[in-house]
Amino acid sequence: MQTVKMVVTGPFSAGKTEFIQSVSEIDVVSTERKITSAAERSVKEATTVAMDFGRITVDEDLVLYLFGTPGQKRFDFMWEILSEGMLGFIVMVDSTRPETFREARSILETFRAYAPTPYVVAANKQDMEDAWDMEDMRHALRLDSKVKFLSCVATDKDTVKTVLLELLYSILAEMD
Amino acid sequence: MALRGNLRDFTITQLLNLINLAHKTGTLVVDGPSEQAYVSFREGKLAYARVGQEDGSLATVLHKANRLTVNQYRAIVERAGNISDKELGLLLINAGYLTQEDILANLQGYFTEVVRRLFTWVEGFFRFEAEMPPPSDRINVRLDLENIIIEGSRQLREWEQLSDEIPSLDMALKFTDRPLKNVNLSVEEWRVVSYINPRNTMKQIAHTNKMNDLEIRRIVYGLLQAGLVEIVRPEGVVVPQNPKMFPTQVKEEQKSLVNKLIGRIKTL
Repeated sequence: MQTVKMVVTGPFSAGKTEFIQSVSEIDVVSTERKITSAAERSVKEATTVAMDFGRITVDEDLVLYLFGTPGQKRFDFMWEILSEGMLGFIVMVDSTRPETFREARSILETFRAYAPTPYVVAANKQDMEDAWDMEDMRHALRLDSKVKFLSCVATDKDTVKTVLLELLYSILAEMD
Repeated sequence: MALRGNLRDFTITQLLNLINLAHKTGTLVVDGPSEQAYVSFREGKLAYARVGQEDGSLATVLHKANRLTVNQYRAIVERAGNISDKELGLLLINAGYLTQEDILANLQGYFTEVVRRLFTWVEGFFRFEAEMPPPSDRINVRLDLENIIIEGSRQLREWEQLSDEIPSLDMALKFTDRPLKNVNLSVEEWRVVSYINPRNTMKQIAHTNKMNDLEIRRIVYGLLQAGLVEIVRPEGVVVPQNPKMFPTQVKEEQKSLVNKLIGRIKTL
């Protein structure tokens, strides 16, 4: 059995677990813990402390694993371990929480430094009323025009598929 | 129990605070990311400090502060033999070359600068040697730690913020498409700008300009914010593909595998 992996990263509560859940054929093996910090609890009840793990079987010989990283900076020691040998990575950003954009940029730069693998950036929660405009987000995240920046709703399988496909197209383009 | 540990668990700010409150005498030895520092205290006050290859001698301090020319410095190092810092200081004062205040101000500035550098060290080990008093062959000062701690805390916050923005100095910089005109840059910024090239990492630019990690990050951050540069992977550095990426190392098989993934995702 051959396996390949992609990493889904981003700040705390960006929607990484939901993203993987939308396309994984197994229930996501999620190491979620109840949040103890009051500030973080105001955003969501449970968070990923080590990683999420989803699977997509391609055929009997090939499996794609999706790894979601923990969002909090204090678990960043896990990031490099999870990024080892990845085909590419997706940076999830919550379009409704501009206070996380700076952190998203920092995570993106950290992962870019780990490995020269292709990546895409997904603007999650674009269906929400208070979501930032994509062009404004691109500026705020300081994304070069060449970087693929995609609209996404982590609970909507179709947009998640688009993000994954765009990353795969980038991987393919890199091979030429 | 011996005062020793890891800077990740106990920061320089916390250490200085402890030394200050406990009125400690001795030397704090810090093994940083690439060099070692010795900071001596007497009754909780900063007395002496040196870092890396620098010997922290009076001649070195005055030379670094441009109070001694290269030739004067060489002459002192080569000919003054075993003369102590106190004797050298007296000679310079008696010759009317410097005043006692000049000498003390330069030493205080130098020692404070060494401690400031330590605030940017977040990785490393420390130990406090109570048996190692401030060196008697050097001129000691008596500097209150409170102001240094306050300034250090401020600097630490800045350091954390800048490290978030620019996590790795192993990346390079390139100019964006905006023309670099009508921009007012300081001498330090120009020095950095003159080396911006996708082939030069930020670490190399800092090294060439004799800047520490904080100084280079500060300048790059300003240039990034102004939209003048962007961070790129250094050109010309061939990073071998991680063999774990694909189960096969044959290019055509790798492509076929990615195409299979694309086909599968489409059918989800």
